[in-house]
Amino acid sequence: MGAVTETTTATGKANQDVFSLVLQELAATDRQIIAITSDSRGSGKLVAFGERFPEQIVEIGIAEQNLVGVAAGLASAGKKAFAVSPACFLTARALEQIKNDVAYSDNAVKLVGISAGVSYGALGTTHHSLHDFAVLRAINNITIVAPADNFETEHAVRLAAQMNKPVYLRFGKKPMPLLNPDETEPFQFGKGRVIKAGADIAIIANGETVYPALLAAQQLEAENGISATVISMHTIKPLDTDLLYSVAKSVKAIITVEEHFIYGGLGEACASYLLQKGYTKPFKIMGIPDEYTVTGSQVEILNHYGISQKGIAAEALSLLKK
Amino acid sequence: MMTAEELAKKSIEYRKKILKYIVGANAGHTGGSLSCIDILNVLYNNVLNVNPENFKSPDRDRYIQSKGHCVEALFVTLADKGFFPESDLLTLCKYKSHYIGHPTKKVYGVEQNTGALGHGLPIAAGTALAAKMDKKDYHVFTLLGDGELPEGSNWEAALTASHYKLDNLCAIVDKNTLQITGPTANVCNTDPLDEKFESFGWAVKHVDGHNLQELTNVLTSLPLVAGKPSLIIAHTVKGKGISFMENQVKWHHGVPSPEQYDLALTELDTANNLIH
Repeated sequence: MGAVTETTTATGKANQDVFSLVLQELAATDRQIIAITSDSRGSGKLVAFGERFPEQIVEIGIAEQNLVGVAAGLASAGKKAFAVSPACFLTARALEQIKNDVAYSDNAVKLVGISAGVSYGALGTTHHSLHDFAVLRAINNITIVAPADNFETEHAVRLAAQMNKPVYLRFGKKPMPLLNPDETEPFQFGKGRVIKAGADIAIIANGETVYPALLAAQQLEAENGISATVISMHTIKPLDTDLLYSVAKSVKAIITVEEHFIYGGLGEACASYLLQKGYTKPFKIMGIPDEYTVTGSQVEILNHYGISQKGIAAEALSLLKK
Repeated sequence: MMTAEELAKKSIEYRKKILKYIVGANAGHTGGSLSCIDILNVLYNNVLNVNPENFKSPDRDRYIQSKGHCVEALFVTLADKGFFPESDLLTLCKYKSHYIGHPTKKVYGVEQNTGALGHGLPIAAGTALAAKMDKKDYHVFTLLGDGELPEGSNWEAALTASHYKLDNLCAIVDKNTLQITGPTANVCNTDPLDEKFESFGWAVKHVDGHNLQELTNVLTSLPLVAGKPSLIIAHTVKGKGISFMENQVKWHHGVPSPEQYDLALTELDTANNLIH
């Protein structure tokens, strides 16, 4: 694969920008594609979509429960309804609508949580979505996807449009480099991507945290002679347990990384599966701890909690007792 | 189209069946099912273009029951219209039955899974909006209880419905004035309901929710005003048709004893004999 460095960051687009571009491409030939927004077309990068396809965007105003309920009605009548709203509001304010009107009623709404995790940084806890994996994992009949880079985002949006089932797509707003420019494997929901193979430790991440995980793996290899596998576990539900199990057997330790509370997310999903399979090797869940979240920009918050190249590499060394 | 007399006999039949299956399940929302059954009777027999044959058609009318707890009224009506054998209702609320205490799409004829309150109107608005986008002429109906109106999602959807001029949407409020705690006006007063919805951009009409001819006339003359969603405030009596259940909060989800069930059937038979 091509070398990835910090400097390549600027070459990528934000995943939610890619979401918008792909949705516009799809909408141009499919009039059933509808974007539904809650005064969120700006933050959802859908201004251009609204200008190009004024009859395919529904503005609800700031009313997320209604956003999801209306989207369910649209979907039930055959629309490919993308309900787009900041992840923090979408998955908390409208959780009962997601549970009942989308998942339980099996209306194939595509829920798009934008500016997810701590993307809004210093705007604070009201605007952070560090609970969304946990609450959605506990709901039957919804696929949960946090794409890592532009490649995964593009394919995730295309797949979601085709899929006649509920799905939650979670995007951040930071420009992301292509993690594996030589990618040849097809992208599928529920199938994790091995970004880099290694024998000593596995770093399993999703969303925007896959990138620092990859940088950490490169640092470990260069500075410590440690060979690390890096997996983008973009789909947290259904979890790719086949990949998880095979990787767990082949390495000495596992770290999971996510822009989410340490409770109920990717780490606990992996831990739950592996523990029940008898896995007893060292295991660490990296995420935001259960505390009043520190103030700062997204990068500052993530660095504070060790969700960074340096922090992940240090955790790997600690886990391997190096 | 059924005559008022035919509808009246049908309502008696439906009331008997509601009680039968609630007694069989030893559970159910008796009072509310009896208050809304005349509305369902008129909808399914005289208004809605929906039947077992066209239920998968994108052009069918939609009925979404927001007050999902009164599922017995819906199930009895759907069974009568041939969506499933009535004998299925013998499994109501039984282990592994799809006929549970709230509507689910596992039951043929049910449009949406409801039960949590304040959900029907937003979904109905979205479905009506899809009809407008597709230039289809089907109508979307949703039935709300007056007790569920404090749910904020109703008012969010009320705004959307008028903003998008959804005159193919009709919300019916089964205003039986009682909820589990007591009189709705004492729990959280939503009156004057007409003025509230009118100020939200809706056209509003009051009807006697047990007057089958009046219900038929209004529900077949929609929209009330072109370009506006319609709100029908149906004034009803909780427990309607059974003297000892009428206007009694305890019958919100009370189940009749064998003696009460016999007495209720006798009253309904007497009422049936008076139709003409």
